Amino acid sequence: MGLLQNTAVPPKERLERSFTGGDAIVILFLVALLYGGARLAFDAPAFIEGPQISLKPSTLPWYTLLSVGRMLAAYLLSLLFTLTYGRMAAYNRRAESILMPLLDVLQSVPILSFLPVVLLGLNAILPQRTAAELASIVLIFTSQAWNMTFGWYQSLTTIPKELREASSIFRLNAWLRFKRLELPFAMIGLIWNSIMSWAGGWFFLMAAEIFTVGSKDFRLPGLGAYLHEAANQGDFRAIAFGLIALILTIVALDQFLWRPLLVWADRFKVEMTESDEPPTSWFYDLIHTSRLFLWFGSLFEKANEGFDHWMIRRAPMKADWDENGSKLNWRLVAFYLLIGAFIIYGGYRAVEMLLSVPLPQWGQIGTGVLATALRVGVSLVIALLWTIPVGVAIGTNRRVATVLQPIVQVTAAVPATAIFPILLLFFINMTGGLNLAAIFLMLMGTQWYLLFNVIAGASAIPQDLKHTSSLLGLSRWERWRTLILPALFPYIITGSITASGGAWNASIVAEYVHFGGQTLFATGIGSLISQATAHGDYPLLLASTLSMILAVVLANRLFWRRLYRIAEEKYRLE
Amino acid sequence: MATNIANAALLKLRHVQQVYTNGQRRFIAVQDVNLTISEGEFVALLGPSGCGKSTLLRIITGLQKPSEGKVLYRDQPLRGVNPHATIVFQTFALFPWLTVFENVDLALKARGLPANIRTPRALDLIDRVGLDGFETAYPRELSGGMRQKVGFARAMAVEPELLCLDEPFSALDVLSAESLRGELLELWTSGSIPTKAILMVSHNIEEAVFMADRIVVMDKEPGRIIAEVKVALPHPRQRKSEEFQKMVDEVYAMLAGQTQPEAVELGSAPGEQGHTRALPKIAISDLAGLLEYLSELPSNRQDIYRLPEELNVDPNHIFSLTEAAEILGFAYVEKGDIILTSLGETFAEASIQARKEIFATRIRRLPLFRWLTTLLSRAENHALDWDVIHTALELEFPKDEAEKQLDTLINWGRYAELLSYNDDKALVYLETPPQPATPSGRQ
Repeated sequence: MGLLQNTAVPPKERLERSFTGGDAIVILFLVALLYGGARLAFDAPAFIEGPQISLKPSTLPWYTLLSVGRMLAAYLLSLLFTLTYGRMAAYNRRAESILMPLLDVLQSVPILSFLPVVLLGLNAILPQRTAAELASIVLIFTSQAWNMTFGWYQSLTTIPKELREASSIFRLNAWLRFKRLELPFAMIGLIWNSIMSWAGGWFFLMAAEIFTVGSKDFRLPGLGAYLHEAANQGDFRAIAFGLIALILTIVALDQFLWRPLLVWADRFKVEMTESDEPPTSWFYDLIHTSRLFLWFGSLFEKANEGFDHWMIRRAPMKADWDENGSKLNWRLVAFYLLIGAFIIYGGYRAVEMLLSVPLPQWGQIGTGVLATALRVGVSLVIALLWTIPVGVAIGTNRRVATVLQPIVQVTAAVPATAIFPILLLFFINMTGGLNLAAIFLMLMGTQWYLLFNVIAGASAIPQDLKHTSSLLGLSRWERWRTLILPALFPYIITGSITASGGAWNASIVAEYVHFGGQTLFATGIGSLISQATAHGDYPLLLASTLSMILAVVLANRLFWRRLYRIAEEKYRLE
Repeated sequence: MATNIANAALLKLRHVQQVYTNGQRRFIAVQDVNLTISEGEFVALLGPSGCGKSTLLRIITGLQKPSEGKVLYRDQPLRGVNPHATIVFQTFALFPWLTVFENVDLALKARGLPANIRTPRALDLIDRVGLDGFETAYPRELSGGMRQKVGFARAMAVEPELLCLDEPFSALDVLSAESLRGELLELWTSGSIPTKAILMVSHNIEEAVFMADRIVVMDKEPGRIIAEVKVALPHPRQRKSEEFQKMVDEVYAMLAGQTQPEAVELGSAPGEQGHTRALPKIAISDLAGLLEYLSELPSNRQDIYRLPEELNVDPNHIFSLTEAAEILGFAYVEKGDIILTSLGETFAEASIQARKEIFATRIRRLPLFRWLTTLLSRAENHALDWDVIHTALELEFPKDEAEKQLDTLINWGRYAELLSYNDDKALVYLETPPQPATPSGRQ
């Protein structure tokens, strides 16, 4: 993008500038990359192989690198899934009617329940270390993919009609359409969703690096395992180092990857007006004027031009009307039959398994669901109590925002699962123990969704309404009641839906822990799932997982969706 | 180009129909259209909004497959998007993330041309539409007129035989539109572009008379061709000239001149025999504004095609307002002029409350409105769910249209203080109990 303009009509001042700071950074970056690669290849220390987790601070860069690598692999997988799945759903009506409801259910599935199945399955065909690596990547993938897919699907279905028509009239083939229409149109949403997905990914990475299934103990060297081990041994120095490494990584990713990407993506805004406050990034400013970068760019553009032509020749636009649209494609039929057979067989085996669950266990599951639901509710209420005032303060007051925003961003970026073992150190000897601590973990994982939504809602309150309410001389309470709360309502609902979904999921990590050589558990459905996993009790695992899915889906359909509709219809500020 | 008369037919439409079905009902968007466009012709497709002219354009370019009939291009049936046709879009349809150059270049690239051919051709066209120096600008940095120039450059870059223009000037301000029209005519009449024929969709009569060799007049409900006129005036045409004005009036008379008998004019109620007339979607304050404006003119009349310019509103909107004024009996149309009736004059001069009363007596005459009040008066508490009425209306209109019609009904009824609407419960109810004469089985 934008690089072709350099070949056609070169903006002169750019190319004539001599060596810049940006060039230095590009070179440094390349050097660091080469060095890192070389060291990894030739000089991998012995400790990263064994199951033992070393607490030496010098091991942290390696652990961090391994964790980031896992995240990256899972993210690429998510991206691939997103692009194909979302496209299929957006362009094929028959596929859409199956794929979108499926995605909705997948979204509310407690991801951690599937780890044992994935892990054991992979372990049967692969060496243990590889199986564990793959399983962790699949687990992280399942925490990243859904929102990205939804976002991409939504973008594809909202591309303005005239841009689609122009693409057909000017005969853009599938590749050019993807590159010049779909990807640019969806870019900003895709980047924001990626940022969210990475945050979600960190949460599960921490849980996925240490895992016990039955008698098997799977451990992966990485930041999550390091923090867990440090907390387990009560080594506060190591905890501090681990947290610093984690925060540095997250901040670095934000500064060197996401922020520059957002600045770059600002050009993909569809609005035909200049934006008032475009995002800024010092790193982007430094880099994009660098000569080396431009040089890479023009090299890339040449390859790109060649590739475009190859694609255009290979797959010209399919411009013909679909004459046999109603005729059934036998390959599709075979595919559906296969899926159908699989579902029937799987369903049969599942029912068989469920029937073998004894009645008292069903009772346990019932209490578990109720207990966890209560915990989810409490954590949501606590979150609402503090996020609404703070969010409104940040959203309506610039001065407060400049102070609090960065702090909130960094704190929010630290995955709750990383701090959990540390929290446990404090809660373990209190009355209520894990039953209370679990609420805290849920809270830590979910309050940020709410806070960010409240901030967004508060900053979207129109200035003139604020003026009107001060002209009317409304008291503080009346102003909250008539303006702020109604305006926030849709945002609070949106935030709560995501937050409660996250809280249910977090219960699996929160309600059952191995810690300091002992096993702690609270009453709850998450705890049951974890216990079933630990004991290899698959009927119970299936029954409790299904119960949790049912609870989440029912809560969404019966409670949240209704509130959401009210929010959409009644309290929307346009 | 324009001098090449009587050439081979480029495009033929034979009995083309576009029908949408919604459950049991069929909606005819385009009915039995026969049309031939020959080489060297500049044809304008003229008609009110909703007459299916844009649909027809999409059928001609192959973006849409007609439900019935044949589309022949150079006597070959069209099987998909026509590779020899391009469109200049009303809303420009430029890729906002590509520069002017990249937008034009992309159209050429998609045809598989190598860069060394593309770049000079794109630059040349950008130059020819007068955008030299703006190659690296993004569309958002340009004015509406300049954006549309990019649209023209892109459409002409691929050297189409048939250039289709979808109301290309209607989103522009008056001055840019006028200069762009002149520039296009210049390119076309001088023969400096390889285009063989131009088809322009428009709702602006003057524009069509100014540019086209032939005007195809369409009407709505159902969308169909009602007349064709040759415009034999030589270029450049003089808008002020007598022949030009005569032509404009003649076309106007075809387009909306005939005032039909009241039963046809008002249509029938839903469910009854005959066609239910859709209400124009207008704000009552706008209608009052138009009537007031007319009442202040010496003879209480004005040329309709002058109104958009004088009131500075979209011509489509003027058509809707005129239609509403006619339905309500506030004005009538004759030879391209809108003339206030004495009722309209009274309305324009009345007080707020008196206006409401006049308005109420007028809308009670409308079959659609009568149908709704009858329905409500038979319902429990004289109230009905919005959805219920919407479903009933869907028997007569497509889904979106039914929604718009119901909104208009509620809007008008609220103004006349005949209806109330509770948004929270989505309930429509009668404001005053109906006259004892209306419902049958009630004592």
